[in-house]
Amino acid sequence: MSKPNPAAAKAAVTFADRHIGPSAQDVAAMLTTVGADSLDALMDETLPPAIRQREPLDLGPALSETDALAHMRELAGQNRLMVSLIGQGYSGTILPTVIQRNILENPAWYTAYTPYQPEISQGRLEALLNFQTMIGDLTALDIANASLLDEGTAAAEAMALAERMSQVKTKAFFVDHEVHPQTLAVLRTRAEPLGWRIIIGDPMRDLEGAEVFGGVLQYPGTSGVIRDLREPIAALKAKGALAIIAADLLALTLLTPPGELGADIAVGSAQRFGVPMGYGGPHAAYMAVRDAYKRSLPGRIVGLSIDARGEPAYRLALQTREQHIRREKATSNICTAQVLLAVISSMYAVYHGPEGLTQIARDIHQRTAVLAAGLAALGYAPRHDQFFDTLSIDAGAEASAIFARAQDAGLNLRVTGNTLGIALDETTTPEIVEAVWRAFGGALAYDDIEAKAADRLPEGLRRTSAFLTHPVFHAHRSETELLRYMRRLSDRDLALDRAMIPLGSCTMKLNATTEMIPLTWPEFGSLHPFAPRDQAAGYHAMFTRLEAALAAMTGYDAVSLQPNSGAQGEYAGLLAIRAYHAARGEGHRKICLIPSSAHGTNPASAHMVGMSVVVVACDAGGNVDVDDLRAKAEKHRDDLAAIMITYPSTHGVFEEHIRDICDIVHANGGQVYLDGANLNAQVGLARPGDYGADVSHFNLHKTFCIPHGGGGPGMGPIGVKAHLAPYLPGDGNREVPADGVGPVSAAPYGSASILVISYIYILMMGGAGLRRATEIAILNANYIATRLDPHFPVLYRNHVGRVAHECIVDPRAFKTSAGVTVDDIAKRLIDYGFHAPTMSFPVAGTLMIEPTESESKAEIDRFCDAMIAIREEIAEIEGGRFAVEASPLRLAPHTVHDIADDTWDRAYSRTEGCFPKGTSRTDKYWSPVGRVDNAYGDRNLVCSCPPMEDYALAAAAE
Amino acid sequence: MTTLYTDDHEWLRIEGDTATIGITDYAQSQLGDVVFIELPKVGRQLKKGEAAAVVESVKAASDVYAPIGGEVIEVNDAVVADPAQINSDSMSAWFFKLKIADQGELAGLMDEAAYQAHIA
Repeated sequence: MSKPNPAAAKAAVTFADRHIGPSAQDVAAMLTTVGADSLDALMDETLPPAIRQREPLDLGPALSETDALAHMRELAGQNRLMVSLIGQGYSGTILPTVIQRNILENPAWYTAYTPYQPEISQGRLEALLNFQTMIGDLTALDIANASLLDEGTAAAEAMALAERMSQVKTKAFFVDHEVHPQTLAVLRTRAEPLGWRIIIGDPMRDLEGAEVFGGVLQYPGTSGVIRDLREPIAALKAKGALAIIAADLLALTLLTPPGELGADIAVGSAQRFGVPMGYGGPHAAYMAVRDAYKRSLPGRIVGLSIDARGEPAYRLALQTREQHIRREKATSNICTAQVLLAVISSMYAVYHGPEGLTQIARDIHQRTAVLAAGLAALGYAPRHDQFFDTLSIDAGAEASAIFARAQDAGLNLRVTGNTLGIALDETTTPEIVEAVWRAFGGALAYDDIEAKAADRLPEGLRRTSAFLTHPVFHAHRSETELLRYMRRLSDRDLALDRAMIPLGSCTMKLNATTEMIPLTWPEFGSLHPFAPRDQAAGYHAMFTRLEAALAAMTGYDAVSLQPNSGAQGEYAGLLAIRAYHAARGEGHRKICLIPSSAHGTNPASAHMVGMSVVVVACDAGGNVDVDDLRAKAEKHRDDLAAIMITYPSTHGVFEEHIRDICDIVHANGGQVYLDGANLNAQVGLARPGDYGADVSHFNLHKTFCIPHGGGGPGMGPIGVKAHLAPYLPGDGNREVPADGVGPVSAAPYGSASILVISYIYILMMGGAGLRRATEIAILNANYIATRLDPHFPVLYRNHVGRVAHECIVDPRAFKTSAGVTVDDIAKRLIDYGFHAPTMSFPVAGTLMIEPTESESKAEIDRFCDAMIAIREEIAEIEGGRFAVEASPLRLAPHTVHDIADDTWDRAYSRTEGCFPKGTSRTDKYWSPVGRVDNAYGDRNLVCSCPPMEDYALAAAAE
Repeated sequence: MTTLYTDDHEWLRIEGDTATIGITDYAQSQLGDVVFIELPKVGRQLKKGEAAAVVESVKAASDVYAPIGGEVIEVNDAVVADPAQINSDSMSAWFFKLKIADQGELAGLMDEAAYQAHIA
């Protein structure tokens, strides 16, 4: 660790002071408002004494921002930058700097939330629609989703879709022996608990007679081979099975796409479209399907609808398919996507266009063909005659010597036994090709060989169909045009860089600039996930310290950094519980208790590991009904596997009986999965591992400052007590022990590069700062509860009237008194310049508000004032000034189109509608569209960029 | 012709040994705008209580359970094409018709008055 800078150490203002919104004076005023004598007193009233952590959280001294960056420089210096030719689904790529600076490094993009409120998310919804269009075009399939976590989990999701949709009743799935090994490992993990058998083989030979519900084939294969997959696809379909192709997007610019080969589903990674490898992630994976399967497509899908004026507007489509509504009937627990990375990849395609992408692919292929010709001349003819960018060389006894020479020359090759793999990419220069030849023992000149090298793509598999024909992929080729396009889109959205986003359970806190800085350093960005470990010493030093810090904060004994989202953490945690029971000869334990207030991912995750959900009731106060819990735990004592419980509860309250709940479950043979979504209300005050939990996931994108990226990336590491440590997720490139658990993600450390964000946050806050953040988050929530309660009743509190870090306010009475819905309030808040709180979760018709510690008293007051002003508008409806249908609530949000109408025949003035109380005319945020019609979009599903005629019509209308 | 109701807010119109099945006005008002429905295949043998159809609205995705056992003899493709019919007139927007396997299973269902009391 670097030496603290003495000047900075003396500075009066710490990072924690900058991270936390309210000043000391504000805190004093807010304590008066909530009627607490001190922060300590408020904490004593809020958390049950039985769970309080009495000793201070010791994480060493907090570093200043300057010192933290110096420390990160040191760690970066311990990572060795090599030329990675490993391939295996991860490629070097060039992120255009205009996209790096204006999206990846731009808070207008990275601090936005998932676009559940479509009116204030039109910019990133358009970028995601571009992504879907790009995927649909390149794969030649009808409909794509707006990203999955990685290629391995995308393949696992495709397998689950196939199992559900196939007419075949058999429980076996075929996996091509050319599939990337990490994909195979993730598929095995997913299949095993559900009793699905994985059959591995050569699809050109082994499909005959195989009874399967689906099969996944890699295109091109992991060894580089390009095979004509038409026959195996036809063979799968003839059995009634679904044919899934895992395809390299860049190769599809040159090769016949999966849809034209007959595939039902395509999956893969969009990483090489401009997203740094990042030692494993984050990147956007994709899935595209034929029209017949569109309603089974997992994850988020952007669609086109219309707004209140009948104008086109984007929105998330088919929301009911998401697990938050289907719950235990969900077939997938996918929640977080990889929006920021999908946006970057789509912009890479917008920047290059179809010709540019094709040229990049041609150049890579040309260099690969030259490399192959040179290797053949050196006596190392590649195994396959036809390839795109990857060669496999059977090097016999020489393999290790060649590998070592390559390493000395700064090149990483893939090694499997005596086979060497070499994958080229956009960054591979002729000099690198010559260096590879030298490692193989020959001093050849690139230019000499190039003249003799022929194209090695198979004649019958050349792409003939057009792609990316939409104008968006042609109109932004100059940097000026692209710069302005990205700015135009981000200006349509309301992110944290403009206003508080008071989303309950989502924890939209500050994503500090210093935390983001190292993310784009090549020493963190350019490492291949399967690079030799000694090249990633800086990463591993950080992993060790981050794991230790997370364990210290939570009271667990071991941590896995692998899960890529909260839902994936749940899945990994339940797999650990399942393996633990099985190892003790109690594999029959399959009942999972879940309170009715749980997040929808909980039952979906339980379902994925083969558990049956038993719902536990909540009492009138919103707490778990302990009697009901005891009765159900005892009833199922012989087959109880676990409880999944969120703490503080999804109702935003520290339940008094959490210790009892844990004890009851343990007494009946179950394990306690404590959902860490609300960990930000506990850090420094209570540790789940101390009061009875066995395993938790930690949403690093909530409590630990990874920005939401407009709907991903996220990270959901899990912590476990010692008895579960042997069952943490494994590594896809290593053998899984007999009673162990396989990997849940393609890369061993998940989205490793964004771990730097959480790590720096913890370093700069220190133990005291983190505890202070928790206390202020709780103070802010109680302050809002106190201010809003006279206007919107607060639904749940603990026995002394305190809420935790969030509160639910209940406007349901206004449905009766004025016809006003929760939607009306949410959309009206847009006119006041705010993102709505969480709507209808966990209680339908209510709003859940979470301010976080980062919002200042001034911003919180501005929000409360807006809510109170809306209450006054509701009173005007109640008083008969206007009907709800003609009210500024129902007609919200108000747009520039509305205010510019020549005639204004509404029951309120333009000012009342467009500039309600307290809003600034100078800094007005205008929703680009009026209220979006959800039903229209789901009934008329359009999930790719609208055709050119629509643009022509819109232009004519202007 | 009699109309019967279930606890799960389905209606059955009984004509001889044929039962025509849909969801009630109360059900559609709870669901909100219906955007998609999935119906069973003609010829499928349904047991009482088995999930037979799926109805999706902007707010929820719900299963429709077979209120009685029987063979599916006809499904309403018009309502698949235009699910909004369920919101505008739920009593005529039928889902599927069953050949009643056991008239005895009708005994446990509610009549109009009992159903109105059930949702009141």
